[in-house]
Amino acid sequence: MNAPDRAGLGNAFEAAATGTLSGAPIERVEDERFLTGAGRFTDDVRFEGMGHAAILRSTHAHARIRRIDCTAARALPGVMLVATAADIAQANKPIPIRLAPLPGLDRFLQPTIAADEVRYVGEPVAIVVASSRYVAEDALDLIEVDYDEGPAVASITQSASNATLVHAAVGTNVATQYPVERGDVDRAFAGAPYTRRERFRCHRHTGAPMETRGLVAEWNGSLMRVWGATKVPFFNRGLLASFFDLPETAVDMIETDIGGGFGIRGEFYPEDFLVPWASMQLGRPVKWIEDRREHLMAANHARETECELEIAMNLDGTIRGLRGRVMADLGAYVRTGGGVAVSRLAQYLPGPYRISDFGCEVMALVTNKTPVGTMRGPGRYEANYFRERLLDLACGDLGLDPVAVREMNLIARHEMPWPIGRLVPTEGEGAYDVGDFHSGLHKALSAIGYDRLPRDGALIDGWLHGVGVACFVESSGGGKSENARIVARTDGSFDIYSGVSTMGQGHETVFAQIAGDELGAPISAFRVHHGSTAHVDYGWGTFHSRAIVVGGSAVKLAAAQMREQLDALAAAGHRGPPAEDIEVKLRYDTKGPTYSYGTHVAHVAVDPETARVKVLAYVALEDVGRVMNPLLAHGQAVGGAVQGIGATFLDELRYDENAQLLSGSYADYLMATSTEAPAVQAVLLEESPSPSNPLGAKGAGEGGIVATAGALANAVGNALAAWRLPLTSLPLSLDNLARALREARSAAAVPGQDH
Amino acid sequence: MNPSREITLRVNGNTVRAVCETRTTLLDFLRDHAGLTGTHAGCEHGVCGACTVQLDGASVRACLLFAAQVGEGQITTVEGLAPPGAMTDLQQAFRRHHALQCGFCTPGMLMTADALLRETPHPDEAAVRAALSGNLCRCTGYQPIIEAVLDCAEARGARS
Ligand code: FES
Ligand code: FES
Repeated sequence: MNAPDRAGLGNAFEAAATGTLSGAPIERVEDERFLTGAGRFTDDVRFEGMGHAAILRSTHAHARIRRIDCTAARALPGVMLVATAADIAQANKPIPIRLAPLPGLDRFLQPTIAADEVRYVGEPVAIVVASSRYVAEDALDLIEVDYDEGPAVASITQSASNATLVHAAVGTNVATQYPVERGDVDRAFAGAPYTRRERFRCHRHTGAPMETRGLVAEWNGSLMRVWGATKVPFFNRGLLASFFDLPETAVDMIETDIGGGFGIRGEFYPEDFLVPWASMQLGRPVKWIEDRREHLMAANHARETECELEIAMNLDGTIRGLRGRVMADLGAYVRTGGGVAVSRLAQYLPGPYRISDFGCEVMALVTNKTPVGTMRGPGRYEANYFRERLLDLACGDLGLDPVAVREMNLIARHEMPWPIGRLVPTEGEGAYDVGDFHSGLHKALSAIGYDRLPRDGALIDGWLHGVGVACFVESSGGGKSENARIVARTDGSFDIYSGVSTMGQGHETVFAQIAGDELGAPISAFRVHHGSTAHVDYGWGTFHSRAIVVGGSAVKLAAAQMREQLDALAAAGHRGPPAEDIEVKLRYDTKGPTYSYGTHVAHVAVDPETARVKVLAYVALEDVGRVMNPLLAHGQAVGGAVQGIGATFLDELRYDENAQLLSGSYADYLMATSTEAPAVQAVLLEESPSPSNPLGAKGAGEGGIVATAGALANAVGNALAAWRLPLTSLPLSLDNLARALREARSAAAVPGQDH
Repeated sequence: MNPSREITLRVNGNTVRAVCETRTTLLDFLRDHAGLTGTHAGCEHGVCGACTVQLDGASVRACLLFAAQVGEGQITTVEGLAPPGAMTDLQQAFRRHHALQCGFCTPGMLMTADALLRETPHPDEAAVRAALSGNLCRCTGYQPIIEAVLDCAEARGARS
C-alpha cells in the first residue's frame, strides 16, 4: 500500500475541484516496493514454526491406484504430516465451476485429491508437510505408489472416438456439446458463389506467470487465514468455508503481491483446499510454494482447440456467412473456468464483421492431460486466429486485397449497437455497444506505414517480406457488480477499499487517480487496499478486464458521494480534514459487458531457407474507451502483444501419445526473451467511450494479445505467398514452418502442379 | 538428517551467519536465513533469472549456487543497490519507463542491468537485449526495461 504523504493533501477539504489525474501518465505508487526488494509475494509470508508442504503428483496420465505406502515418509525426521485421500474426509468433494457452467460440464469436476484413479500427469496423490521444503521433498521420494497403468487419451480426435474413456462412470468423453446460431446460416451458404472450409488448430500453452502458485494457510482454532490466491478471493472464501462447514466469516483470504496472473493464478485448485486442510490438521501455519515443474504440469493449461471453419463469400469479398465446429481439449477435469474459453471462442468467431448468418457446433472433450482454465483473452486469441487466417486464405483464392475485404465487411459505426445474438448458452442476447472499427483499421495501417512496407514476398537481402492484418472485438467488464469503500481520515488522508484484486496491473495507482479527480486530492493522499476479504462486504475479483471498468466505476461513484459529504461539511462552515472518520460504502452494478476492439498489423521477414521469422514491426491498436493512465495502458498492450507473439512462435505444452508431458521445464517450454521480443507499437484510441459505465472505460488488459496469432500467421503467409501455405496450425515454430515449406516445395516439384 | 553446517556470507556489506543444511542454495540462504526476500525464485533451474544477484560485481544465479560455495565473495542483492529509502538512477529509470508490472522479475533484471552498466557503460540496444536475454519477464514485453537501461546509461554519460 502506498504511504500517504502527510504534506500536500490537496484541496479535498476546501472546494470542489475538477480532476486532471485520470488520463495522465502517472508513475506507479506500487513501484518503489518492487524496485527495492520490499514487495511481499506469497513466499515472503512467513511464520514461526510454519510447516512446508509438498505435493506428490501422479507420474501417469491414466492409472488406478492400487496402494499407497507412506510408512517410510512418515518416519523421516522433520516430517509432520503425510496424507492421502484415505486420510481426508473431503477427498471426494468436487471443486465446483465458477464461470461458464455449460450443460454437462459438472459431470467432470476435479476432486481435491485423487482417491483410486489418476487422470493426468501432475494430479495430486498425497500431501506432505515437513520442517522445510527440502525435507518435504525428501519425504515425497519415500512414498510408494503402486499404479495400475491404463490406456490414456492424448488428443481431441482420440477423445471424440470414445474408445477409451477418461471417466468411465460418465460413459462419454464429450463434456458438453451444443449448437449456437444467429440468422439463417444454411440460407447464407445456399447458392454462395465461393466457399472455403479449413481445419484449424490452436496449440496448448499457458500464462506461466513468473511467480508460481503458492499459499500460506493458518488455522488458529476459529479463523482460517489464507494468503496467496489472488484473483477471486471472495468466491474462493465461500468455497473453502463450504469444504470445512465453516461460516464464511471464519475464513479470510488475504492478498499478497502477485507475480503475474494472466488468468491462471488464483482460481480454486486442489491445493487451495489441501494446504488449509493441512494447517487445520496440524494447528500450525503451512506454506506451499509450487516449483516450476509442478506449475507447468498442475496449474491450468489453456487454448488447445481444433476448429473446422467455413466461409461463404460473394466474389467481390462480401461475407455471406460463417459456420463451423469447435472442439476444445479440456484436459482431465473441468475446473472452475474450464468452459470459458470454448464458449467465448464460438461467440467471437464472427468477430467485428457484418456476419448476420453464423452457426457453430461447440464441443468440449476431456483427455488425460492437465485441466484447462482461462488465459488472457480466453477464446479470443483462438477465434481471431481461425477467422482472420481464413479471411486471408479466401482473399488469396479470390485475388482480393485483404485490407479492402476487411473494410468492406467491418460493422460500421452507425450500425451500432450491433446485435450479436445469443451465442453463449449461459448468457442472454448481446450487442456490441459502440465503436468505429474502420477507424481502428485505418489508424493501425497508418501507424505501421502500411503503404510503404515491402510485402507479398518482396525479396530483400535474402529475406521475404510480408504484412498481415487482423481485426478483433472483445468483451470486458464481467462480474455483475463491485464494491468500493472510502474512508476520509482525520489526518486528511483517504483509504480506498476495493473488491477487485491486482496482479501487477497498477490498480493502486489508477484507483487513486480516479478518486483523486473526484475529491481534488493528489495521489499521495490515498492508500488503496484491495483483494482481501476483510476490506469490503463482497468482491467479484479480477478477470475479464473488469478491474477498472467495474471496480474503477465503483471507486468513482463512491468518491463522488464522499465529495458530497465533504462539500456539505464545508457548507456548514467546517474547514480542513473531518473531526472524525467519514465512511462511504457503495456497490456499483454493471449494465453488462462492454466491447473494446482494434486491429493488429505485423510486418515480418522470413528466411525461405531456414524458415526463420523476424518480426520487423508490430502495431497493436485498441480502442479502450478511455485511457486512465497511458503509461500503464501501453504497458498492458505491449506486454500482452509480446506474450501473444511469443506464444504464436514459441510457447507450447507438448505431450507424447501416452499423454506424458514433454515440456515440464523452462528448458522445454520456451517463452519470448528480450532478444526475441520485437518492438511493439501500442496505439490506444479513446474514440468510443463505453456508454455502460461512468468512466467510459473498456477493458485494456487483453486486447494486446487477442489478434497476435491472426496478424502473424497472415504476415508469414503473405511473405511466403509463392507457396500458398495454409498455416492453419499453431505454433508457427521454426520446426513447423520449415516442415510446411518443405512439403510445399516437394508438392511444387510434382509435374503438372503449380505453386 | 541431512548434514548441516555453519555458513558465513558477506551480503550487502554485512556478515550473515546461519546454521543450515549444506545443500542450501544461495537463493534459499538469502531468502530464509538472511531475510532478504527481494531475490525471487522463478524456476530454480537456472533459466528465468529471477534469482539473479551479484557475486563480486558479476551477475550470478542464486538458485544454481550452494551457499557454501560462495566463500569469501561479496554478494549484492537488490536490497543492497541503494541505501534504505533511496533508489539508484537505474531503479528510478525503471519506474519512469514503467519497466515493471508485477515486479517479480524486477530484482533480477536490476541486478543484471546494474552489472552490465558497470562493465559496459554505453551499451547499444542489441547489447542490452543480449545481456537481459537470461532474465524472463512475462508482463512487460521487455521494451520498457530496455528503454530504462538505455536511458540510465545515457544520463550517466551526460553527467560524466
Ligand atoms: S530461479 Fe534461478 S534462474 Fe530461475
Ligand atoms: S514485471 Fe511481471 S514478470 Fe516482469
